[in-house]
Amino acid sequence: MKEIRVIDSTLRDGSHAMRHRFTAENIHSYSAAAESAGVKVLVVGHGNGLGASSLQIGKSDLSDKEYVEIAIKELKNTKLGVLTVPGFGTVKDDLEPAINAGAEVIFVTCHCTEADTTQKHIEYVSSVGKEAIGVLMMTHMLSPEGLLEQAQKMQGYGAYGILLMDSAGALLPSDVTARVAALRNGLKINVGFHAHNNLGMAVANSLAAVEAGATFIDTTMRGYGAGAGNCPMEIITAVLHKSGYKTGMDEFALMNISDGIVAKFMKKPIEIDGVRLASGLAGVFSGFCPIAERAGAQFGVDPKEILMELGRRRIVAGQEDYITEVAIELAGKKKKQGEI
Amino acid sequence: MEKVMVAILGTGNIGSDLLAKVMHSKYLACSLFAGRSSDSKGIARARKMGINTSTDSVDAILDNPDCCDIVFDSTNAESHARHAPMLSRIDKFTLDLTPSKLGFMCVPVLNLDEALSYNDINLITCGGQSSIPIAHALMQSCPKTEYIELASSISSKSAGPGTRINIDEYVQATRKGMEHFTGVRHAKAIINLNPAEPPINMHNTLYMETSCEPDMGAIKKNVAAVVEKMKCYVPGVHIVAGPIFEGDRVTVITSVIGAGDFLPKYAGNLDIMTCAAVTVAEAYAKKMKGKRASV
Repeated sequence: MKEIRVIDSTLRDGSHAMRHRFTAENIHSYSAAAESAGVKVLVVGHGNGLGASSLQIGKSDLSDKEYVEIAIKELKNTKLGVLTVPGFGTVKDDLEPAINAGAEVIFVTCHCTEADTTQKHIEYVSSVGKEAIGVLMMTHMLSPEGLLEQAQKMQGYGAYGILLMDSAGALLPSDVTARVAALRNGLKINVGFHAHNNLGMAVANSLAAVEAGATFIDTTMRGYGAGAGNCPMEIITAVLHKSGYKTGMDEFALMNISDGIVAKFMKKPIEIDGVRLASGLAGVFSGFCPIAERAGAQFGVDPKEILMELGRRRIVAGQEDYITEVAIELAGKKKKQGEI
Repeated sequence: MEKVMVAILGTGNIGSDLLAKVMHSKYLACSLFAGRSSDSKGIARARKMGINTSTDSVDAILDNPDCCDIVFDSTNAESHARHAPMLSRIDKFTLDLTPSKLGFMCVPVLNLDEALSYNDINLITCGGQSSIPIAHALMQSCPKTEYIELASSISSKSAGPGTRINIDEYVQATRKGMEHFTGVRHAKAIINLNPAEPPINMHNTLYMETSCEPDMGAIKKNVAAVVEKMKCYVPGVHIVAGPIFEGDRVTVITSVIGAGDFLPKYAGNLDIMTCAAVTVAEAYAKKMKGKRASV
């Protein structure tokens, strides 16, 4: 029976849903529970990774150092993971301190066409004997062949595996199958998949990825994450078991964490409302939703229209500042039309 | 006026754009365009234009030190760290367009005259050149500010291999430049590469964290004034939105449209660096000629 590595990013992608307000107690209690449930890798930190606490994305209550130091105390068999996006975090300022504090699995992340911005980071992680996962975001924006070319670069830098992110929740199962299969056929290293649920496809897409040869999937408990949320860890674990895969975890232990810990710290349940569905249709980063809602309210524009316009402009994750700009422009147009 | 000779190190996007600007300069002429690789497209293009080229990089200058008075270094941060002491030994006025974090940091609108008395001038980064003057204007209106942040987006097409390999250095050099020029306690820089077609213009969002509503009238006036001054040497810089006050922050969004000298107009990030560097070089050339004439 094939074993699938289920990565737990509740304390990383969940940071978006928390508006980056995780407390030390949240990190402490969740990490302890993840360890006891046999989670293989627990990823912690700001939603956009090390060094991303900012006015652009959202300021985190806890520093990267606090996230890592609180979590590592609770972990023994579970490996600690962190994510970093070159352009936000640097090797010297952010990555090195996180690794020195105990991070073992490093998700080095970029927009799906920009793999060569990750070279120094992946090489550094490999050089200190840690596991570098090359992460390609917004993979609906590039063809399977294009993604393979980018993944091959990361493989060349020394990545241990490649994680494809459907950051906008815009892919359908057949799209996922084509992308994972292209990488499986063209790479020597492992392939993984990270879903968002904007079109309600997160579990189906994660299963499609595994069936196409993915050996790891990135999930969050209750789907707690940016926008419409992620692939719920407790659900996909149960689904994988039912489909004949092993995960090394017990779905009932996960259910208890979901109900006993996560349900209590969640700001509100993760749901696919109109704004989140529009974000999936627009193909913009799921994390844009709350910012579009805020800008929409401030400038009197429908946040769905803002997201659709951002999608037409092919704005990528990290470019959150365009949300306000587009809101101002749409408000201007609306005013003009009103005058005519 | 007899033109002052310059050498350009680095034959990529930035070096090629510098060459185009030097060719139109009234004060400068390019005597050497040097890189490392014999199959560089930049070298082939320069040769066609009748420019003296070399693949010996900095050695071409060391072997023939009289070939120039000014050197533009558009290689990468690591290479500049090697080049700087060599060029200083032969007394060349060097303009460093890499995020090396070495040398005297110059933003022409803020400290051009002072820069002319140093010999290794660092132009910081494209984000730094575009936004440090605006950050400086914001800080003058609100000197108690403790945090400023810059998020920039550039088109993937305008980011060559040197820019990509130096992405950490970009973040660090931009932050250092913002802190140095504004005196703010803590600054942060973010850079995004966007592959959209047609390519996006260089885009900068500057945030100043505030605890109370500042004097927006004064801020608007100061920001508009400094942008007008920048336009004297970077005509494509302009305000897209703001300054706006939003609860905890003042935001100014600017964009830079390039002159289209080498890369098309979207590459304002290249243009702002090469415009700044050529402005400093021309000022140095004028000063040098003035001195020689008076001897």
